[in-house]
Amino acid sequence: MSSTASPQTPAPPLHIALVGNPNCGKTSLFNQLTGSRQKVANYAGVTVERKEGFFNTPKGRAIRVLDLPGAYSLDSTSPDEDVTRDVCLGRHRSEPQPEMLVAVISATNLRLHLRFLLELKQLGLPVIVALNMMDEARRNGLQIDVAGLQADLGMPIVPVVSLNRAGVVPLLQAFDLPLPAPPAPFPAGIDPHMEVRRLLAAHVVDPSAGKDRLTDRLDRLFLHPVWGPVILLVVLFVMFQTVFAWAQPLMDGLGSGISTFGQIVLKPLPDGILHSLLADGVLAGAGTVIVFLPQILILFLWILALEESGYLPRAAFLLDRLMALAGLSGRSFIPLLSSFACAIPGIMAARTIQNPRDRLVTILIAPLMTCSARLPVYTLLIGAFVPHHTVLGIFGLQGLVLFGLYAVAIISGVIAARVMTRGVKSEEHPLLLELPPYRRPNLKSLALGLWQRAVMFLSRVGTIIVSLNVLLWALSSFPLPPAGAPGAAIDYSLAGRIGHLMQWVFAPIGFNWQICVSLIPGLAAREVAVSSLATVYAIGATDDGAADKLLPLLSTQWSMATAFSLLAWYVYAPQCISTLAVMRRETGSIRTVLWAAAYLFGLAYLAAFLTYHITRAITGVP
Amino acid sequence: MRLSRMKAGASEPAPSYRGTELMLYLDTLPMGTPAVIEKVEQRASLDPIATRLEELGFVPGEAVQVVATGPMGRDPIAVRLGTSRFALRRGEAARVGLRTAS
Repeated sequence: MSSTASPQTPAPPLHIALVGNPNCGKTSLFNQLTGSRQKVANYAGVTVERKEGFFNTPKGRAIRVLDLPGAYSLDSTSPDEDVTRDVCLGRHRSEPQPEMLVAVISATNLRLHLRFLLELKQLGLPVIVALNMMDEARRNGLQIDVAGLQADLGMPIVPVVSLNRAGVVPLLQAFDLPLPAPPAPFPAGIDPHMEVRRLLAAHVVDPSAGKDRLTDRLDRLFLHPVWGPVILLVVLFVMFQTVFAWAQPLMDGLGSGISTFGQIVLKPLPDGILHSLLADGVLAGAGTVIVFLPQILILFLWILALEESGYLPRAAFLLDRLMALAGLSGRSFIPLLSSFACAIPGIMAARTIQNPRDRLVTILIAPLMTCSARLPVYTLLIGAFVPHHTVLGIFGLQGLVLFGLYAVAIISGVIAARVMTRGVKSEEHPLLLELPPYRRPNLKSLALGLWQRAVMFLSRVGTIIVSLNVLLWALSSFPLPPAGAPGAAIDYSLAGRIGHLMQWVFAPIGFNWQICVSLIPGLAAREVAVSSLATVYAIGATDDGAADKLLPLLSTQWSMATAFSLLAWYVYAPQCISTLAVMRRETGSIRTVLWAAAYLFGLAYLAAFLTYHITRAITGVP
Repeated sequence: MRLSRMKAGASEPAPSYRGTELMLYLDTLPMGTPAVIEKVEQRASLDPIATRLEELGFVPGEAVQVVATGPMGRDPIAVRLGTSRFALRRGEAARVGLRTAS
């Protein structure tokens, strides 16, 4: 997209960019300016969100606006800040230099934000300063001499309140004026901090300086060494209660809705390949995608609300020491905890981690957190092979084994993270987290954020999941069995043959060919392995009783070593194409995905191998 | 001239004396005690953490106060610096030299 326009076309849109420190209200200003006319993607090759939007000024001037990642300085320390610096300097490889910058600064935190503004003066670009959060500043009794500050800075200043439409009208009007001249560069030899202090002394009266604000009072509670963690636990408990409890009926409803829909729509079709493709391939794939949606949206509603309210950085503060055990920082906690529901929203939530290394490691270990889709497999195998003993009078042995599987997964995740972060001292890996003032979350911003997540998930991840599902369907269906052939149809298919071939690899960990075959459709979603096992054992997977019928069969046909080996496999194996797809989407790197799959499969094989042979040695089965 | 500038990479800085005033570092500042930043020490010739601290406003003359400590091992700490608040690990805070506010 070149910025030169041919004479026939109307004036090209003015290309501007929003820049500012984190927590200056930049994103809510962006949402207020553009509404739903936004495009969200990633910058080429990096996990940095690129947000672009369009709007028209009152006089009809078209404007294209880029919401640059928040930065404390152009002297960058993260990929987010790299993007901001490169775009501002006109050095970015895919992004042209904007024609004008809108520097967003918060009136409530001028001491911090004015320094960055002075830095922006060096760029030689026209700058309009959006003095945001004027409502809050007024409530705090802050008096700002806008005209004086404007004259002193040499840049036009527009006071705005980004919480409502009326609050950004002055800024919209400012875009109708001719572009301001670029400010004179900040003279060398003057300490910018001294200059900020001079500007504040000359133009700002803050009667509440040093006084206790609401945020200070709330922090005494939320960051309290005892009450802080207690409140955090309650918040997390309620959060996951809603993710599981509220999402479950929605998910069940959606699931049955989709299958009813399938039955009605596909009824006129004769049984056959087309019917099977649409029902078991396309609809089943779309079903997996849509069924995830309630959980993802509820989780993201929480994360967005916690972030907007300013609580998320406090949670990171409280959990930093705990996560430091894994070589990570407090920011990784929520994504990892989310992964216990499902790794997909967990990996998507890793966007809130600023440090790129932490973000990558968190994404890589997220699949190790035991997601809810593993439970059906665990339940089946534990039910079939672990006796109903009671240990120490109160604990059921089956429950203990289940707990053990979770514990092993968590410990492995910590160890994996430690290994991946080895050699990096915590010193070189700062926390340095701003704790912004508490704010009531803005409903419009929440709704927009949620909408963007939903669209992103359905369009980007959904298409991958559906097409992979169709591929897996084809593998499991073709070639068709010869007429009147005994046994399960899948046994004759390509997947069946691959399964038989795989047995060669999997025999050392005790898997029979039936397990190998069922692992292939199980790639679509972990719990599918249960129904495909039922298919392979030809007991009909269609009805809900598959697991109940499988249970006695497995306990007689498999050795305990094989069952435990499969459990160990399931703790580690990236048996979920959707997770790998979202990983690809979030990291933008196929190499990362291959690496993740390789290390997880490697761990799975190793763990299953050890489990198989140790169990055989203990049970005495040759 | 400043004794403390000579200590290299110590993570547990001992208070040192500069004249008659007690030199403190932010990581050992008791909670709630108001102090003023005296300097930010570079741990290496180009210390990104020290640079970032300065960009965030940890500069000589600013008033600073510890408002909370982490629940485990009293690490990290939360500080109030002018109108902003930051969470930082003690290792990072150890770069910030202070004098107590009179």
